[in-house]
Amino acid sequence: MLEELEKLQLQAFAELESAVDSRELEQWRICYLGKKSRLTQVLRSLSTLPLDERRNTGARANTIKKSLENALEERGHSLETSRLVLSLENKRVDITLPGYPMPIGRSHPTTQTIEEICQVFQKMGFQVFEGPDVEWDYYNFEALNIPADHPARDMFATFWIDSNRGKRNRLLRTHTSPMQIRVMEHTPPPIRIIVPGRCYRYEATDTTHESMFYQVEGLAVDKNITMADLKGTLFDFCRCIFGEERKVRFRCDYFPFVEPGVEIAIECLACHGNGCRICGYSGWIEILGAGMVNPDVLRRVGIDPEVYSGFAFGLGVERVPMLRYGIDDIRLFYNNDIRFLRQF
Amino acid sequence: MKVSLSWIKDYVDLTLTPRELAEKLTMAGLEVNAIETIGGTWDNIVVGQIETIDPHPNADRLRLVTVNTGKDSITVVCGAPNIMPSQKVAFASLGARLRDGHTGKSEILKTAKIRGVVSTGMICSEMELGISDDHEGILVMSPEAPVGMSLEEYLGDTILNLEITPNRPDCMSIIGIAREIAALTGEELHLSETPYEESGTTIDSQVSVDIAEPDLCPRYCASLVRGVKSAPSPDWLQQRLRNCGMRPISNIVDITNYVMLEYGQPLHSFDYHKLSKGKDTSPTQVIVRCARKGESMTSLDEVERTLNASTLVIADREKPVAIAGIMGGRDAEVTGETSAILLESANFERIAIRRASSDFQLRSEASIRFDKGLNPGLTMPALKRATQLMLELAGGEATRGTIDVYPARAKAEPIIFPTSQVERLTGMKISHDQITQTLTSLGFDCEETSPSQVSVSVPYWRSDIKSSADLVEEVTRIVGYDKVPLTRLSSPLPPEQAASGRDFIHKIRSSLVGFGLQEILSYSLVSLENLQHLFPSRELKVLPVKVANPMTREQEYLRTSLRAGLLSTLSRNQRHGSGGLELFEIGKVFMPQEDDLPREEEQLCIILSGSEGEPSWHGNNKPVDFFHAKGIVEALANQMEIKVQFEPCDDEGLVQRVSANVSDENGKLGVIGLLHPRVTEAFELSCEAYLIEIDLERARRNAGRPKAYQTISRFPIVPRDIALIVNEETTYQQITDIVQNFPLVKETVLFDLYRGEQIPQGKKSFALRITYQSPGRTLTDEEVEQVQKQMLDKLNQKLSAILRS
Repeated sequence: MLEELEKLQLQAFAELESAVDSRELEQWRICYLGKKSRLTQVLRSLSTLPLDERRNTGARANTIKKSLENALEERGHSLETSRLVLSLENKRVDITLPGYPMPIGRSHPTTQTIEEICQVFQKMGFQVFEGPDVEWDYYNFEALNIPADHPARDMFATFWIDSNRGKRNRLLRTHTSPMQIRVMEHTPPPIRIIVPGRCYRYEATDTTHESMFYQVEGLAVDKNITMADLKGTLFDFCRCIFGEERKVRFRCDYFPFVEPGVEIAIECLACHGNGCRICGYSGWIEILGAGMVNPDVLRRVGIDPEVYSGFAFGLGVERVPMLRYGIDDIRLFYNNDIRFLRQF
Repeated sequence: MKVSLSWIKDYVDLTLTPRELAEKLTMAGLEVNAIETIGGTWDNIVVGQIETIDPHPNADRLRLVTVNTGKDSITVVCGAPNIMPSQKVAFASLGARLRDGHTGKSEILKTAKIRGVVSTGMICSEMELGISDDHEGILVMSPEAPVGMSLEEYLGDTILNLEITPNRPDCMSIIGIAREIAALTGEELHLSETPYEESGTTIDSQVSVDIAEPDLCPRYCASLVRGVKSAPSPDWLQQRLRNCGMRPISNIVDITNYVMLEYGQPLHSFDYHKLSKGKDTSPTQVIVRCARKGESMTSLDEVERTLNASTLVIADREKPVAIAGIMGGRDAEVTGETSAILLESANFERIAIRRASSDFQLRSEASIRFDKGLNPGLTMPALKRATQLMLELAGGEATRGTIDVYPARAKAEPIIFPTSQVERLTGMKISHDQITQTLTSLGFDCEETSPSQVSVSVPYWRSDIKSSADLVEEVTRIVGYDKVPLTRLSSPLPPEQAASGRDFIHKIRSSLVGFGLQEILSYSLVSLENLQHLFPSRELKVLPVKVANPMTREQEYLRTSLRAGLLSTLSRNQRHGSGGLELFEIGKVFMPQEDDLPREEEQLCIILSGSEGEPSWHGNNKPVDFFHAKGIVEALANQMEIKVQFEPCDDEGLVQRVSANVSDENGKLGVIGLLHPRVTEAFELSCEAYLIEIDLERARRNAGRPKAYQTISRFPIVPRDIALIVNEETTYQQITDIVQNFPLVKETVLFDLYRGEQIPQGKKSFALRITYQSPGRTLTDEEVEQVQKQMLDKLNQKLSAILRS
């Protein structure tokens, strides 16, 4: 009987190898492990055998049963695995085909830069204000210590709406500084604001001049504000925008509405301070005009310069991306060529 | 402004290299743009003297010239027309680096055979030496030039090119810059008196000056020098003028220019004998007055100029002889024959100069200086210096005394300066003593009024200093801006002001960018023509604000609509072959208001053209249509919590049945629709385009915030799809108005709109998915069936809608 069982086992293994799907596996199970299978019959008939034979045959039959069951399970797994492999194989794609295009929109590089600049100053507690593009002569010039016929008016070539009503002349603002006055007129210190906006200059356009451009103005007025605060604030700003390692220069300059006046320049991004065409061979690029708010300006808006002091600054927005990306023509910004705009 | 360092050395010892000096000046507010070395390339060039001039055997125009170079005599071929025996010239021997007279390129001088004669050197022109563009003849130096001295030693110099800010007219002078350098380097400024001998009768008996316009001419000084002889100026003076960008002419003219560069005070010399005399015994009269109607004058540049009543002139008894501060007249011009000169050193008001300068389109070194506003205190020192030089270089005798008419002498009040102001404004600790020392080094007079306060008298040349803040800057810039410490704002933050529209606009912009639209920014100034194109059939309702001095006709009016900028941009980009374009701009439009600033309104304008999305192999690339535009508006409205409606509109720029007003409960917010073909054509668009225009200010006012949180129902939703056949005229809105009003209906989605086979002519089929849900229980099929049945009955009754089977 043992001999028969051994033979049966060999036969079962051989047949299992040729089973290729779950149906054949089931047939095989019924045949070799089912209720009517020879193995089951043997196991059932064990009680009829003499005691010593019963033990041998029983042990052996049970071992065979176990090994057939294991083999069945294994075969099942392996068939399942190859089926999955096959079905996944059929799903294969050409991974080099392009993806379905998502619509990609971008904001204008100027907008992006203004946002970035505003964020830096907002972290320092500055609030964003905006003012009108069309201004009175008073706000654009008079109140900023630039009366009619002041030589500094030459610094601001102006688009006029009117030309003969003095302070009531309307013009396109030449800088964002008029908002200093508008805000100080209505807000008692402490003041800490920035003002992004469009400005206009009556200038022939070329690679570095546009008749329309953007500035961001800043103003902080309070007790005990010093030039050191101005320097700290703007150095922080320059490093945020142009990198920790960028050298910054703080020098005396003149703007009628500040005193002392300041110009802030950064080490040229193109030549790292060695001098090149972009920086006019000076190694430095002017970034900000700034200074302590002129006492006359404070007095004019009713703020006592003996009690309060403040600083103001202004920077050209386009300059930042021009330096960063090596854009060599400012006219590209408002010509709105999609091939340009899509690069940012 | 060009500043010669060799000239500066007359007034201050230079202890720094030019580069270091430039750095210091720049930091202190006097920006040095460039450092130019003159003579740095003049190796192998010396002062030579011409010994003999012989004809060239083979060429009429060329000569063989023998030059004494101090070491030996060398014969060269020379073609210069102005060559004469015994002239002192710049002689270049082989190996010298010269600028080519024709090409301007720098080249090394080699032996050359010119028309058969070997030439081993060259007599140089100014151009070849690189000191001017003059290549007419050779540079001829004065007889005193030492033969054999290297030209670099004799004429070399370093020139700083300075950018002078409008507040510092005093620095448009050698002495002004020298004073700054002295203060910055701690050296002494060597300013000496300019004495000269006077003789004869007093000037008052020979010249009288009247200022008829004291407001325009605060001061007029003059001296009279007789017996001058016109001649070329000495080499050093000529070279200094040249190095500072001026052409030497003759000693008399050169001296006035020289002193202008040195002191910053423009001067003018008249030929005294050409001024109208009147009676023999009375003094020659000089009048500073405004021109009379109909007067004219021929200026030095030979142009007959018609003067107007606002032109300030210098006149003699009969006629104008100069336009004050701008240009002299030919009638009293100094020439080679001039023997007596009236030297003018006057102060003119900026406004007079500015007026004349623009009336006559004349800008000169003199007018530039007056235009910045000079101090009357400068006239007398400059006059004395010029008179001194005149005697020294042009000979003659100075008449006793000077004219000084000074009607508007103003006494400047000293500034009370608490020295603690320096720390208060700069955050930098500087001792009281250092502060007074610094101010003194710049020429300020400091008188101690208390241990912490000084009374500061401002020197006449510093009209820009008016307050203690100005003095703080003076101290700070001399001590050095780089010494200012770095601190951060430490005061408490100001209270947050009401949020501006910025956040709202930022959110809108981010959404649009997320939808795949490209932002543009276009000019605020547009052409009237373009604005008119937008409204094809009628005139503009209001004329936009016009700029009085436009640069071009394309940019003349402030835009009243963003459409023009977007459409022009679209058109330009279509020409570049960009396919489907979806652009938007957020910006201001300017609505004119009588006698006031225009009302500036923030608007959003979107233009959609071509296909939605990029062409792709999976083919989801439909042409844009009305509903694409509407989808954008609906999505924005959804985000901004604005409930919008779309109603028929009559916008002139859009096609009437393919456009809509976008409004909410408070009124119209904007429009959307298909661009009218006439507009499309006017802007030369290559395909049709859809437009969206929204008034952002109104939208912002109406925007809501998310409402209170609503519990999410735990109970399942029951979707039901139905297809309804309705008349062509029935709108979708009519259907949803009915459907949405039934209880348990949570959502209605249109998933198909069909016309064609199986649908009768004049009908269409809407396929809807209606979702039912109860907040309180699980719905049964029967319940839903019942609601839906009632719904279909009502749809049939009101709209004759039939369920499509």
